[in-house]
Amino acid sequence: MPHIWDSLAAEDIITAREALEGPMLPILHAMQAHFGCIPEEAIRLIATRLNLTRAEVHGVVSFYHDFRRAPAGRHVLKLCRAEACQSMGSEANAAHLLHRLGLGWGETTPDGRLTVEAVYCLGLCACAPNAMLDGEVHGRLDAGALESLAMEVL
Amino acid sequence: MRVFIPRDAAALAVGADRVAAAIVSEAQARGVALEIVRTGSRGMFWLEPLVEVETPGGRMGYGKVGVRDVPGLFDADFQSGGWHEKSTGMVEKIPFFAKQDRLTFARCGVIDPLDLDAYRALGGYDGLARALQLGAAQTVAEVKASGLRGRGGAGFPTGIKWETVRTAVAAQKYIVCNADEGDSGTFADRMLMEGDPFTLIEGMTIAAAAVGATRGYIYVRSEYPHAIRTMNDAIAIACRAGLLGRAVMGSAYDFELEVRVGAGAYVCGEETALLESLEGKRGQVRAKPPIPALAGLFGKPTVVNNLVSFATIPFILEKGAAAYADYGMGRSRGTMPVQIAGNVKHGGLFEVAFGITLGELVNEIGGGSATGRPVRAVQAGGPLGAYFPPALFDTPYDYEAFAARDGLIGHGGLVVFDDSVDMAKMARFAMAFCAHESCGKCTPCRIGSTRGVEVIDKIVAGHAAEENIALVKDLCETMKFGSLCALGGFTPYPVLSALHHFPEDFAPAAIPAAAQ
Repeated sequence: MPHIWDSLAAEDIITAREALEGPMLPILHAMQAHFGCIPEEAIRLIATRLNLTRAEVHGVVSFYHDFRRAPAGRHVLKLCRAEACQSMGSEANAAHLLHRLGLGWGETTPDGRLTVEAVYCLGLCACAPNAMLDGEVHGRLDAGALESLAMEVL
Repeated sequence: MRVFIPRDAAALAVGADRVAAAIVSEAQARGVALEIVRTGSRGMFWLEPLVEVETPGGRMGYGKVGVRDVPGLFDADFQSGGWHEKSTGMVEKIPFFAKQDRLTFARCGVIDPLDLDAYRALGGYDGLARALQLGAAQTVAEVKASGLRGRGGAGFPTGIKWETVRTAVAAQKYIVCNADEGDSGTFADRMLMEGDPFTLIEGMTIAAAAVGATRGYIYVRSEYPHAIRTMNDAIAIACRAGLLGRAVMGSAYDFELEVRVGAGAYVCGEETALLESLEGKRGQVRAKPPIPALAGLFGKPTVVNNLVSFATIPFILEKGAAAYADYGMGRSRGTMPVQIAGNVKHGGLFEVAFGITLGELVNEIGGGSATGRPVRAVQAGGPLGAYFPPALFDTPYDYEAFAARDGLIGHGGLVVFDDSVDMAKMARFAMAFCAHESCGKCTPCRIGSTRGVEVIDKIVAGHAAEENIALVKDLCETMKFGSLCALGGFTPYPVLSALHHFPEDFAPAAIPAAAQ
């Protein structure tokens, strides 16, 4: 879903947080929660309100893996690719799923329903392999379980 | 009857909520009166969801419970501790649990994490009360005497850091908790935030009173949404109870505490990058000196400690430094919550005094690999830690002993691999991960990691293998000694240990065998 810019909402997000010490990350998280990404308009507004240059705000947004410049699909599946999950065969499971969906890492299905992303550790390493679907965690995912998880939202 | 079901994220990941809901509806259907208490996890993750029932003789466990088991559990009268095929016996007698020294994690998995009365009933806030009685200088002396060293990985003595901040003169000082637990194979911080958050709050409050800080931040990675929620709830409860905010526990100290959420950058687990991130900047590493203890958050004196270090403080203050220092060996005093993960039969959190060997942890406690195949390698200390072959399993778990074998204990993670692992692939992954996560400030890390991936690819493809192996070793030396922080500086550990202990995987002939 494309984001619809709402400058009043964005102003409110900043106003609620500008008194914090180091308000940048809390503002960016709130912007992304509201708009699904960090729109260009938000970067201009944050720069103005926090008395920074657009380059400085852009620098922060582009540094962190979490912040998106365009919205993700309706559902987001994060597959762990770190060592503990690798030791339990996560790479082969992920390759199988991505092949089945015809996607590469970070890509979204053509109907916009599902984005598959890499994540480096969800802290569930004794129940590997792991994934997070729309904020819900799932463990002990063999190839079949992973595929049925993805199919739930497709 | 009280039934305990974990709400720890790892338990939820394997269906704890569904099991809890099934137990509630089955109890209603049968007219059985039950009180469900949602706890943290005991850390025996191969048994999750682990349902526990209070009986006169202790808590009876039922492991790996699925929704389908629920009617059978009621038939077996599990609410009175009746026998069922999923019975584990008394939970505290399970060998994995009985062999531990649970000091820092004493309450984790036992109580409702947001039940302040339950926390206090088990000694909670006795440590802060004693610290307030002792006064700042004595509190710091106690932490020094305990021998506690930073549990994030660097192992710096916590008391000395606190002393530096205590004696620094500034109008504002800060307490910062590093809960950016990014190492694969580690989950101690997450478990504690979800299972016993008041311990962290109490530990940070003791630190604040000891060094004269009035503000604190807990920097939690965004990959831990459950921990963030529990921590925020616990802070609100502590504020209402007068345990945070103005005049903590009626003392002269004020302490405001806030959770801040990271944004998916592994390097922010490095303390100076974390401070930059808290300030709202790119998470780029700062050159040291100045040290954060003197010029930390917003340039002010700051205690930055790992979460486990803070969470250990209440025990030390409550029971005394000697009670803690009695555990351990050499210069590694106390206990370490070792996290056994990956391809292992009994994975989980095992808090134990330093000195146990790596082999005991992997084979006896962990029970060997989950697949039943021979264990081939164990990565100790996260993505920046060395791979140990079984030949080195006699290494005692101790900061110095691991360093002497070109490894590190880091934040206490162990990731077990069976014999299907391709160590050249793991070495390549270490370099690729460093390239992915490098903050870009220093050249050895930013450029070296990418060149490392390329050279390992050449070795595996058989292009001038010998020269390229020499080149990778040389590159590792440059990264080790030329990088600003542990990301570039320690990435050589997994790479060199893989090359040293598993050279056969780097031979071009290994390719067909490794292609599983």
